[in-house]
Amino acid sequence: MNAREEVLRRVRRATADVTEDRPEVDVPVEWVYGRPLDTVDVLADFVEKVEDYKATVDRCAESGIGTTIVQALQRLGATSVVVPGGLPGEWTAAIGASGIQVYRDEPPLSHAQLNTIDAVVTTSAVAMADSGTIALDHSAGQGRRALSLLPDRHICVVRADQVVSDVPEGMTRLAPALRERRPVTWLSGGSATSDIELSRVEGVHGPRHLSVVLVEG
Amino acid sequence: MTERRTPEPGSWLGIPPFPKAAKSALENAEQRKNLRHATGTIRAKRVARAAEVPDWEELRTAGAQIKDRVARHLEHYLLQAEAAMTAAGITVHWARDADDANRIVTEIAQAKGVDEVVKIKSMVTQEIDLNEHLEANGIAAWETDLAELIVQLGHDLPSHILVPAIHRNRSEVREIFTTEMGRYGTPAPEGISDNPAELTDAARTHLREKFLRAKMAVSGGNFIVAETGTLVVVESEGNGRMCLTLPETMVSIVGIEKIVPTLQDLEVFLKLLPRSSTGERMNPYTSFWTGVTPGDGPQDLHVVLLDNGRTNALADPHGRAALRCIRCSACLNICPVYERVGGHAYGSPYPGPIGAILGPQLRGMDNPNDRALPFASTLCGACNEVCPVRIPFTDILVHLRHKAVEYKTAKHPTGEQALMKGAGWLMADGSHLETAQQASQLAGKVLRGKWLGPLPIPIASRWLQARDVEAPPAQTFRQWWKDNHEGDQQ
Amino acid sequence: MTTEAPGTDARPARSAAPHVALFATCITDTMKPSVPIATVKLLERLGCRVSFPMKQTCCGQIMTNTGYYKEALPAVRNYADTFGEYDYIVGPSGSCVGSVREQHVMLAQDAGDEGLATAAGAVASRTYELTEFIVDVLGVTDVGAYFPHRVTYHPTCHSMRIAKVGDRPLQLLRAVRGIDLVDLPKAEQCCGFGGTFSVKNSEVSVAMASDKARHVRSTDAEFLVAGDHACLMNIGGVLHRQRAGIKTIHLAEILASTEEDQR
Repeated sequence: MNAREEVLRRVRRATADVTEDRPEVDVPVEWVYGRPLDTVDVLADFVEKVEDYKATVDRCAESGIGTTIVQALQRLGATSVVVPGGLPGEWTAAIGASGIQVYRDEPPLSHAQLNTIDAVVTTSAVAMADSGTIALDHSAGQGRRALSLLPDRHICVVRADQVVSDVPEGMTRLAPALRERRPVTWLSGGSATSDIELSRVEGVHGPRHLSVVLVEG
Repeated sequence: MTERRTPEPGSWLGIPPFPKAAKSALENAEQRKNLRHATGTIRAKRVARAAEVPDWEELRTAGAQIKDRVARHLEHYLLQAEAAMTAAGITVHWARDADDANRIVTEIAQAKGVDEVVKIKSMVTQEIDLNEHLEANGIAAWETDLAELIVQLGHDLPSHILVPAIHRNRSEVREIFTTEMGRYGTPAPEGISDNPAELTDAARTHLREKFLRAKMAVSGGNFIVAETGTLVVVESEGNGRMCLTLPETMVSIVGIEKIVPTLQDLEVFLKLLPRSSTGERMNPYTSFWTGVTPGDGPQDLHVVLLDNGRTNALADPHGRAALRCIRCSACLNICPVYERVGGHAYGSPYPGPIGAILGPQLRGMDNPNDRALPFASTLCGACNEVCPVRIPFTDILVHLRHKAVEYKTAKHPTGEQALMKGAGWLMADGSHLETAQQASQLAGKVLRGKWLGPLPIPIASRWLQARDVEAPPAQTFRQWWKDNHEGDQQ
Repeated sequence: MTTEAPGTDARPARSAAPHVALFATCITDTMKPSVPIATVKLLERLGCRVSFPMKQTCCGQIMTNTGYYKEALPAVRNYADTFGEYDYIVGPSGSCVGSVREQHVMLAQDAGDEGLATAAGAVASRTYELTEFIVDVLGVTDVGAYFPHRVTYHPTCHSMRIAKVGDRPLQLLRAVRGIDLVDLPKAEQCCGFGGTFSVKNSEVSVAMASDKARHVRSTDAEFLVAGDHACLMNIGGVLHRQRAGIKTIHLAEILASTEEDQR
């Protein structure tokens, strides 16, 4: 008997006491999925929670995105930045005009090259206020996963209508991308560890600085 | 003999059964201080974060129900998950035990011609001792989680599910990094202090070169979604993202109980896990992948579905609930026994209350160390209350004590059994108890209210080593009642 | 069964005096009779008629929790036989009452005795921890007690988490006249008793008991009070060894105490 058959046989034998074949009838789950929280001001909650992770949030209007991105990059001391395909051209132009060196991931940069670039600018898919979480589904404007990983500073643009109250709504919005087999990455602040005496240190392997640009209106 | 490529770890094999191991752990004052500080910190965080969620108790119920649904219909969900992962381009392997799983990973590495792998922190690879198996085959496995790195470089063993180096303080970590990092890669900077931020920075630099050159990664997995074949890894540092993004090949070894039915079920666990685990609203990074994405991440993905005793636990309707565990470690952090003795005394990578109920079920009762584990608890029940999936720890502990007793007394009667049989007879009727009380009352008349100190009497001496005991009274309640309320009796 | 007419003293206004069967528990029956004596005195003062069925013994927990199910069964059977006819069975121990309610049916089922399981379930549902009975059934929080001492309360694990008595003991203690009730640091942490744990893992048990004793001493209380005598024996044993000068006392003893007792 091969391992697969053996494991499945053991599983069948171990659950021989279960007589109801329909899982959802056998064990009902008393939970209402996808419910929002009744948060009064979802955007304010999102900002508060993201800042609690020591990440920065800049709020701006549509017309001010380019400037706000440049200010965030300068504040973090970035002199080079990689931009994914699909990022709005006017943002890239604004960055270029500021004197920061812009790299495009077309053709794809090597990991070693990405490792030497100071920052990355991406858009995002969904944001979840209650936990201060931003989800990337790595579609146009967000880049492949290595892009938002190797550079040490991540400027992430989130639009107000992408912000939901909590994780259940967020999962509902992300489900189509996951069903299309897109990779999804959740970011809640920058990388961190509590491995030494459980005292939290911001910044380990992932980008040590997360700067969120929240676009309203 | 060829030289080792990775630091030689400590060994679980020399660790005696819990009572003895716990006794020596108690003598380690530094470790006790480290543990008291760390568990105290994390407890306070967990309470605060759980209290923020208005429907926390309902979430815990949902978590328990979803996991029970999966366990009771595991074949259905395993087949569904296998089909979905295969359709997404993942090669699915099955492993009956540690040997199967270790062999599969080794063969993949050999087929790829790699002699080193980077690892995402994973309990299951600790359970099967993958690193040592790879080392024996000339393949170096580098731990990339900070705490696992501290344990690996320290020639140590993990002592906690979430924070395996919880028994070490900052100055010990500094010592380990200073002496060991240079032997296995980029050394720690000259004159590094014991500031956690500086130590963390040294780990970042040390590991960056390993991430960039690695061709293969090994991970565990927090969840597999049956309907889509999506794998989920929850982490903090970004070492997980490095491992699952940069190498060309990725192998994930996942226990068969880690399945959840649907994507939507993840909303329950991704709210429960971080708050229960690190006491954060959300862990810094969660990665979801559903097979191979062209041009993004590893192009050769493998999943090893591991049994290794899980079906033993599944076969026991009273013990099965231990398989709900999502490895948050809240039960360790709240446990007064764990707080005092630490993780090594439990003799396996799964310490604390979850280790005491999971270990003996995964491994069976043949080893005296495993038979001692269900007794490594006062049954105080604090773990029951913090568990995000409502594992009834104390019920399972008592159940496993019963199994341990059945195992021990099956071959020949024991002294303890004789005592318990005697107690059973005594408690079968009030008249029996009254007979025995003649003796206690006589002792009471002799001792006349004295307190007893240390005495060289078997068993009693273990109580009396640090605790006095009041002498029994000259008159039991039963006797008092007879003398004062006799007329009331029917 | 006849019921007594309500007396003229300070009893709750109830048409019929509840008839209570006292479950004294084997440990206080044998080792600390002042606890069940106080329980009788208290319940009678609150207007109850109290019986003590002599057939009673023990909840069987020491056998059950050590893994000896078969050996616990005589205690389970005896409990169901002894208390089957009573409406209110009251015990001054969260642990013993918890064991009756949470383990007896399981033990009967494990033995394949469905008849006993049914009987054990029925009698368990009528079994109350003392403070539950006073607060929930009698509807009383001021029991008319007087205890002019500095006291700290340890909520025992089984009272809190198995019997789930909640803050009922504190409600009752707060209403005691003259009492100076002070908070115990890390009150919710186990004292390390754990039945046979205290001998099987005696070093860990002592480490926990010593920490508990340290917290008790930090309160400068004269008395440590709890609802389980076994835990008091454990902590009190350490306090006595340390010559701490802090006495242990059971909840029932404080609640039974009156001004005459304190004179």
